[in-house]
Amino acid sequence: MKVADVSPREFDAQLAGEGVCLDCGPYVVRITSSVREVATGLRFHYADFPLHESRGFVDFAIVVRHTSLLRRFLRPQVNFYCDGKIPFKPVPASQAFPMLEWGLNWVISTHAHDHLVLHGAVLEREGRALILAADPGSGKSTLCAGLVDAGWRLLSDELTLIDLDCGRIRAIARPVSLKNESINVVRDFGAHTQVGEICVGTTKGVVAHMRPPLESVERRGESADPAWIVFPGFTRDGRLSVQRVGKAAAFMELTRHAFNYAPLSESAFEALVRVTDACDIYRIAYGGLDEVVPLLDRMSRSAEPIA
Amino acid sequence: MNTTAIVASVLRHPPVIRDFDPSHWSELVRQARAAEMLGQLRATIHAAGMIPEVPARPLHHLEVGWRLSLRHRSAVDWEVRHVRDALGELGLPVILLKGAAYCVAGYRAAEGRVFNDIDFLVPKASLPDVEIRLIRRGWLPATISDYDQRYYRNWSHELPPMDHRSRGTVLDVHHTIVPPVSGILPDPDALIRSASPVDVTGLEMFSVLAPPDMVIHSACHLFLGEFHKGLRDLYDLHVLMTDFGREESFWTGLQARAVATGLALPTLDAMTQAHRVFGTAVPEDVMRGLRAQVGAISVPRVRAWMFDKILRPPHPSCDTRVVRFARWLAFVRSHWLRMPLPLLVYHLGHKALKGDAH
Repeated sequence: MKVADVSPREFDAQLAGEGVCLDCGPYVVRITSSVREVATGLRFHYADFPLHESRGFVDFAIVVRHTSLLRRFLRPQVNFYCDGKIPFKPVPASQAFPMLEWGLNWVISTHAHDHLVLHGAVLEREGRALILAADPGSGKSTLCAGLVDAGWRLLSDELTLIDLDCGRIRAIARPVSLKNESINVVRDFGAHTQVGEICVGTTKGVVAHMRPPLESVERRGESADPAWIVFPGFTRDGRLSVQRVGKAAAFMELTRHAFNYAPLSESAFEALVRVTDACDIYRIAYGGLDEVVPLLDRMSRSAEPIA
Repeated sequence: MNTTAIVASVLRHPPVIRDFDPSHWSELVRQARAAEMLGQLRATIHAAGMIPEVPARPLHHLEVGWRLSLRHRSAVDWEVRHVRDALGELGLPVILLKGAAYCVAGYRAAEGRVFNDIDFLVPKASLPDVEIRLIRRGWLPATISDYDQRYYRNWSHELPPMDHRSRGTVLDVHHTIVPPVSGILPDPDALIRSASPVDVTGLEMFSVLAPPDMVIHSACHLFLGEFHKGLRDLYDLHVLMTDFGREESFWTGLQARAVATGLALPTLDAMTQAHRVFGTAVPEDVMRGLRAQVGAISVPRVRAWMFDKILRPPHPSCDTRVVRFARWLAFVRSHWLRMPLPLLVYHLGHKALKGDAH
């Protein structure tokens, strides 16, 4: 049974009661919340996700709730709890869904130590994965949404999970997080792209999420082999330029984007060597999706390097 | 099965996992994660030859915890070598304490364990030299308030924690094993004299406490101090006492040292609680001897009730109003035992007004 198969009333009651169990990449997470924004966000963004049996194995138990009874009515604030830990400061209730998404990212990036976890988006075409690794503000998520719109399968927008044993990349297929101007850019893609409620005044500015496409959600059990790494750099009115990046330089840059390089140490080193060895690696500067998306399309179809 | 004690019940008797359903496994993994004991669980189940009986999904978490603990062990070894480079030429006795000692000495208590900092003890007179040399090697005293600075320097048994500016590791430099302000003054020289050198190439300058002192120190750390890793610390004590206790002389030594250092109460607490929670084999005559020493300081039933509540994993499944009250009581008690009343009032008053519980 999928989230969308349950009536909103029933779903909200279960969420507020014993909680709902959802796939979150490698983990089943039980989410319990009576916060309205969490319920609407989950129903919209996770509509195509299966609901797991609550008596099955649960990897993490998450609760999002109001900080106090008083705070429920007066400038309501909510907290994110993961098995009793509170990793973040409370936020206004209107930002409860983005907080839940950040919280789920936190859960994966701090616990999935059987994977090398990179801060980066990852997409797939014909079994081959493209990793987009960049610092915040470089247009990674917007580009990720643009590629999804162009038919790439979404594996993840925030977290690239590289299996330490086989080197393949796991799909998570959770919502794509969008900030500020990029929200309108993605909305303009057309009717098949669905953007959820907009939250203003978060620590990252205005944020919204793009619902993952049905196909990406249904195929989230399929991993992909790393084939390309791109360090994207968006600048307004920037000119398209492609530069090939050496393996060693790419390796060093990727260590910076790894969440768990230190705790994994040698196995992280080996996994990263394997990934950089297997990939064509580029630094691409661009000023608009209309140039860069066709370029990456061409890259995915061509046997020759694009630079 | 009583789920509040699920981590302890598996550590005590691994075959209980044969009756587990998926919700028990969920509870076990999530409690063990909160208590930072996934690695110890894996080690214990492995030693019982029962890994094949663990379902894949919970096993995955146990293995992640185990791998993390192996990584921690090599990090401790690496860090201790840096401490050697910093302090080697001073020619001082340097006694590794707690986790670092179990790890470097290769004790079973280190198996599956993760380490948050590296504790060691040096003679008090050498503290200024030690501190300056550590600073030169990149460990900087944590930035703390003037009040906390004074707390550490005047009343505590250790320097303020020192953070390495690039590796982020934390050192706790001790000059004795309990805060002098408690009025209990074990002779640090006696601890140093009976310590034994580490038998690892390159680490010969370090020693570890003699078995009775090691147990007494861990007992003080837990029962006069901090409970937030209570279950983990109690399990350390269980493993240490079980392994050391195979030698008959250990127990007589423990009793003698506990009495001589004035630390009979925490030692008795450690034996009683480890026996209650993990079934540690503790000799009744030693317990009786310690009980006679302790006399009427503390009411055994109240202690038993309080420890039962607070030595649980810090996980919502174990968190009730009663547990929170017991935790508060233990906080007050541990401060009571280590500070004279006027200072305690001053300290708690300051912390309350400043709003940062220490």
